[in-house]
Amino acid sequence: MHNKTVSELKKYLEEKKISSVELTKHFVDRIKAIDPHLNSFISLTEEYAITQAKKIDLEISKGKIRPLAGIPLAQKDIFCTKGLKTTCGSKMLENFISPYNATVVEKLNDAGMVIIGKTNMDEFAMGSSNETSYFGDVKNPWDIEYVPGGSSGGSAASVAARLIPCSTGTDTGGSIRQPASLTGVCGIKPTYGRVSRYGMIAFASSLDQAGIFTRTAEDCAILLTHISGYDPKDSTSSRKDVPDYEKECKQKFTSMTIGIPIEFLDGLDNTVKEVFEESIKVLEKNGCKFKKISLKSSKLGVSAYQVVAPAECSSNLSRFDGVRFGHRADNTKNIDDLYKKSRSEGFGQEVKRRILIGTYALSAGYYDAYYLKAQKIRKVISNEFAEAFKEVDLILGPTAPDCAFKIGEKSNDPIAMYLSDVFTVSTNLAGLPAMSLPMGFKNHLPLGLQIIGNHFDEAKILSLAHHYQKITDWHTKKPKLSGD
Amino acid sequence: MNKETIIKISDLAKIDIKDDQIDDILTSLEKILNLVDEMNSVNTDNVTPMSHPLNLKQELRKDIVGASDERELFQKNNIHTDNGYYIVPKIID
Repeated sequence: MHNKTVSELKKYLEEKKISSVELTKHFVDRIKAIDPHLNSFISLTEEYAITQAKKIDLEISKGKIRPLAGIPLAQKDIFCTKGLKTTCGSKMLENFISPYNATVVEKLNDAGMVIIGKTNMDEFAMGSSNETSYFGDVKNPWDIEYVPGGSSGGSAASVAARLIPCSTGTDTGGSIRQPASLTGVCGIKPTYGRVSRYGMIAFASSLDQAGIFTRTAEDCAILLTHISGYDPKDSTSSRKDVPDYEKECKQKFTSMTIGIPIEFLDGLDNTVKEVFEESIKVLEKNGCKFKKISLKSSKLGVSAYQVVAPAECSSNLSRFDGVRFGHRADNTKNIDDLYKKSRSEGFGQEVKRRILIGTYALSAGYYDAYYLKAQKIRKVISNEFAEAFKEVDLILGPTAPDCAFKIGEKSNDPIAMYLSDVFTVSTNLAGLPAMSLPMGFKNHLPLGLQIIGNHFDEAKILSLAHHYQKITDWHTKKPKLSGD
Repeated sequence: MNKETIIKISDLAKIDIKDDQIDDILTSLEKILNLVDEMNSVNTDNVTPMSHPLNLKQELRKDIVGASDERELFQKNNIHTDNGYYIVPKIID
């Protein structure tokens, strides 16, 4: 049952071939057997899930079938889930119980999905390897000596290991697409504003966006339809109509012109380049036209990101002061001591580093040199994308410069870690939608293909991804797991 | 950036840094700033900074009372409360 897609499970449940309770128990048992080797979950919500599943089964027996009735789901532990722990991978929120649901959670609950657990992640979504989590490293299901990517490493690894058919993630600089690439699953980051950020713990508010992990583009489309849309609780959410992405992506594929940024191939690892070029050949034979384009400022994306993201995080994370919620230090002398001790004990090294950089960039006398300059670079990058989309329908490239790296390999070198997001950050800076899907392997580790679209062109991205998955089988490959 | 800068920004950020950590932090922040400095390779004198990825303006809503007062619910996450107030160390002598 765990090898079925969301689309297949939907039919099984609707045709009463399996009950939601049976399905829930199947995945809970599987997580208990396999996850001790992977650490992809921070918490299992078994009791809550069984209660939800029983309710759904009762509804199905009475003929009320919600659109995603009874399908198990894992929520990244950055989304507030009412009555359940939401840790954000941090000691700071180790015992935090969400008083309300994030809109993404509310929408998927309303669609009938069953939350089986909360997935592990880099602390406050700051990381590209899932090594900054207070709750321990997540292991890559393809080889447990390797990282699964980050920050949504647990969400990606759990889908890759078939511990769950789908999960949620968030993407600030590549945190959905890079782990999707490193674990061989599909991950979509929608247009900025497409999905509400209400109840999603903020990292960098002008970049953060919620998205989905699944094993197929079709499943991504199904879930994206349900999480998208205007939310009065998020003033940055878009009022643009939400298409039926599943229907759109399954329509007859029409020829597309696809841009290949020359800068993405410059100095690229040989195997990644070969695998990427092979995927171009496959698509070329199947109705796509390719055109070389230039995104010459995209290489500055990581530099601009390293100002914008820390600056916004230093502001967003100032709410963690030890007073109202989160970790509070003992034996403090005065209010300043309470703030400093609580924050110093509650935050990990990478979070502190980013808060410090952000505080510096925003401190008196430095705003113009850093934040303002970075916002100008964003505009330059965004304009280059806009020019490119006058000539092409979509842009294609590798998601990450290489396959997964070994645990510990980059943990003491923040610059090397930041550069693993070199192909993903520029789309966040420009607010564009993008997706990663499996395109092959380097040795035994998966590689991801990134499709970037113009604002609100998610349907086009999903259409190409679905088309690619009809003519290739990379998305059907599965890792061999201990305990399986 | 120097040691004094680290001490100043850590105070602004309300993060305690031990003396023996300052050098390591200084080194890693300098490396990040070197990466950030690559932005200066592009002349942006005539570029308008981005204010919103979709060029949208911040929406305003009517000033109508919405969510109800949920103080008790929110304070369940904190044992340091009394009568609806948060308890903190003495501020005024």
